[in-house]
Amino acid sequence: MFAEFGYGVLVLSFIITIYSGVVAVSGVRRKSVSLIESARRAQLLTFPLISISSLTLIYLLVNNHFEVSFVYEVTSLSMPTYLKITAWWGGQAGSMLFWSWLLAAFTSLVTLRNWDRDIEFLPWVILVSAITLAFFLFMIVFYENPFSRYWLVAGNVVESMFKPISQATIFTPDNGRGLNPLLRHPGMIIHPPMLYLGFVSYVIPYAFAIAALITGRTDDRWIRITRRWSLWAWLFLSFGLVLGGRWAYDVLGWGGYWGWDPVEIAAFMPWLTGTAFLHSVMIQEKRGMLKQWNMVLIILTYALVIFGTFLTRSGVLSSVHSFANSPIGPYFMGFVSFTLIASVYLLIRRWNDLRSETEMKSVLSREALFLLNNLLFIGILIVCFWGVIYPLVSELVTGSKVTVGPPYYERATGPLFAGLLFLMAIAPLSAWGHSTLQTLGKAIWKSILASFILTIILFFTYTQNPYALLGFFLVALVLFATSHEFWRGTRSRQKAKNENFFTALSNLMMRNRRRYGGYIIHISMALMAIGILGIELFQKETQGTVAAGEALIIGDYSVEYRELASWDVPSDDVNYTRAVVDVYKNGIYLGQLYPRIDYFYDAEQTMTIPGQRSTIRDDLYILLVDWQPVSSVGATFKIYVNPLVNWLWIGSLLFLFGIIFAAWPDKETQQENFKSTHSVSQTSAAD
Amino acid sequence: MMKQYILRFTFYTLLFSIVLATLSTQFAYAQDNIPSDDEVNEVAKGLYCPVCENTPLDVCPTEACKQWRDVIRTQLAEGKTKEEIEQYFVNYYGDRVLAEPPRTGLNWLVYILPPVIIVLGAVLLFKKFQVWTKPKVTETASNQERGDGSTSDKYISQLEEELKKRN
Repeated sequence: MFAEFGYGVLVLSFIITIYSGVVAVSGVRRKSVSLIESARRAQLLTFPLISISSLTLIYLLVNNHFEVSFVYEVTSLSMPTYLKITAWWGGQAGSMLFWSWLLAAFTSLVTLRNWDRDIEFLPWVILVSAITLAFFLFMIVFYENPFSRYWLVAGNVVESMFKPISQATIFTPDNGRGLNPLLRHPGMIIHPPMLYLGFVSYVIPYAFAIAALITGRTDDRWIRITRRWSLWAWLFLSFGLVLGGRWAYDVLGWGGYWGWDPVEIAAFMPWLTGTAFLHSVMIQEKRGMLKQWNMVLIILTYALVIFGTFLTRSGVLSSVHSFANSPIGPYFMGFVSFTLIASVYLLIRRWNDLRSETEMKSVLSREALFLLNNLLFIGILIVCFWGVIYPLVSELVTGSKVTVGPPYYERATGPLFAGLLFLMAIAPLSAWGHSTLQTLGKAIWKSILASFILTIILFFTYTQNPYALLGFFLVALVLFATSHEFWRGTRSRQKAKNENFFTALSNLMMRNRRRYGGYIIHISMALMAIGILGIELFQKETQGTVAAGEALIIGDYSVEYRELASWDVPSDDVNYTRAVVDVYKNGIYLGQLYPRIDYFYDAEQTMTIPGQRSTIRDDLYILLVDWQPVSSVGATFKIYVNPLVNWLWIGSLLFLFGIIFAAWPDKETQQENFKSTHSVSQTSAAD
Repeated sequence: MMKQYILRFTFYTLLFSIVLATLSTQFAYAQDNIPSDDEVNEVAKGLYCPVCENTPLDVCPTEACKQWRDVIRTQLAEGKTKEEIEQYFVNYYGDRVLAEPPRTGLNWLVYILPPVIIVLGAVLLFKKFQVWTKPKVTETASNQERGDGSTSDKYISQLEEELKKRN
């Protein structure tokens, strides 16, 4: 009964979503405010309806309704309740429902804003949101139904939403297959929702951009309305990527955080265009330029969001992430093509209206450097996109599949990332409108000198690797140049306002959140680059089988195998095999580590959990190799020393802080929000 | 008789010693010739599992990959080079086992297309810069107004304030 109810509400949501889109367009055609208001209310109704449907699914998941195929596939009796709830997005059908729920929430939130000054956008924003939501609901209702059940028909089990024949009876398996163990990690529980939040948030700026193209209101109003949406979208997407990296580092057992897997790249591509967009819109706001380019970027970001979901969900590219296979691929491709062609058509129609109001005056101006930054981001996007789709192209043309792996991406994107670091250092020092080599040189020479001295010190004390030295030089340049900006701003405020240093710094940052949030992000990127350089250029590894009391040596570390134990935990339905090793560095005892292998009986799958010792200098990362026999007599270990990798995580935390700092509503926005809420409640009361 | 016995003893002792020495040398050679896990992984990390795609052979936990690592070990013990072993896997499983497409035929597109597009983009941008930065006789009023970011900001914030008051 619950399954039918959940499905019924979902069908109703689908119908109402279509209604809201159709009525919004009809309202514009007939110039009827009441029709548009009806579309808005219908749109608002989708959120509670999809919430009810989602709650029904959660009820089925938590209460072990294994007759529902989705529940059977992603839960088991031994899973704790919180994991059963998060299993909502642990499988294909549930995750698409989750996507739709988030989209309904966001579009509802946006339709609740104060539309007085932008009422012409409203029907088109509703239409774009409705088309996107309707597409996902269509996929769920007709192809990826999370409420579909098992039926016993003449001794065979068949899957169907409704009774296939009158004699059929519901079939309920005794236990479910359980969530993929790799997805039970805390990082993986939060990673998909963060990515989806990022993906879905980008629908809003795209909807406004399309509304601007349709209505012809091509000034920067749509950018100003969606500025914070874009920042929050970027925050969620970035957070999702970072969590995915941490998850890979903790559970995938390859000693790294990023494997250039197609599905990782699928989430990375909208991040690239989103980052380019964040920089590029500043040029439009400050200088009235690049209106066409900003439209291109937001259209690309939206297309890549759908394309990324398609890659993840359709199973078209099988990889470690592709736990799903389904016949939805062609629909996704059709939808990506339709939205892309329609968007490009609208853009071409308004191309002349989107001409720049001003022109570049200097190749060293900030806008020119931002444009170069955009070129580099798009360059990385091209490398990634082509690397992901080339195996398909090869298969189609020659019939032979190829792998495009990390060496290709690392070689192709390395120089582009280096270029971005360089721009990150110099662009904030150049002025809007006009900069010369002299003014720029004057602003940066101290930072260049300090970075150069630091690089020489590193040459004599740490490494002679030229790539590493170039990388460290660029990182130092970003850190010195950005810190100098903080110092310069604080000192001038100190003098002007007669404040002490810390008050001046705090006031400076609070009153220019966007700028200083951006600088914090630049610093965090430089810190992350230290971690990436460390693991990419200096990682060491060894593997060997040792008897109890014997040691494996790697760099300055000695890892001595002590003992091994294996035991079952029936309540978790898991077998744990845990080794105990003593760790020494240069002969000094540092402590014990416990690498282990967890075997999940329900999913019949193992998970390798490394023993890790993390310091600012390096990580010692020990794996109990799961394909070799283990016993108390001898065991095989794979050991990595990952220099500087912790800077990646430190940088990631600072990065998140920087985005939140930049995106946090200031007093003015809060007042505006209050006013808009007030206005909406007044409108509702008047209605 | 005694002399014959001593000679025979010496002969067999020598023969035994030679056989023992040969065997021990062979044994020691065989012991030294078993490639270490690190040597196997060095080759395996450049190859990709044909079953679970996008997973390098040195970290893939499947039974098939375990067997393929054993093949690498055997071939290394036979004295084959990394390239020869890679070729062996390509012959059996196709180009997909390599970390990158071989630089032949259509595969050149992987390596050429992105740099060509990026360079074209850079040339286009450079040309656009040249047009933009060419000295112009007159400037539009809007140009002058937008010229200074702070002026523009002040103007916009004033406008926003007025609009808010109106709302």
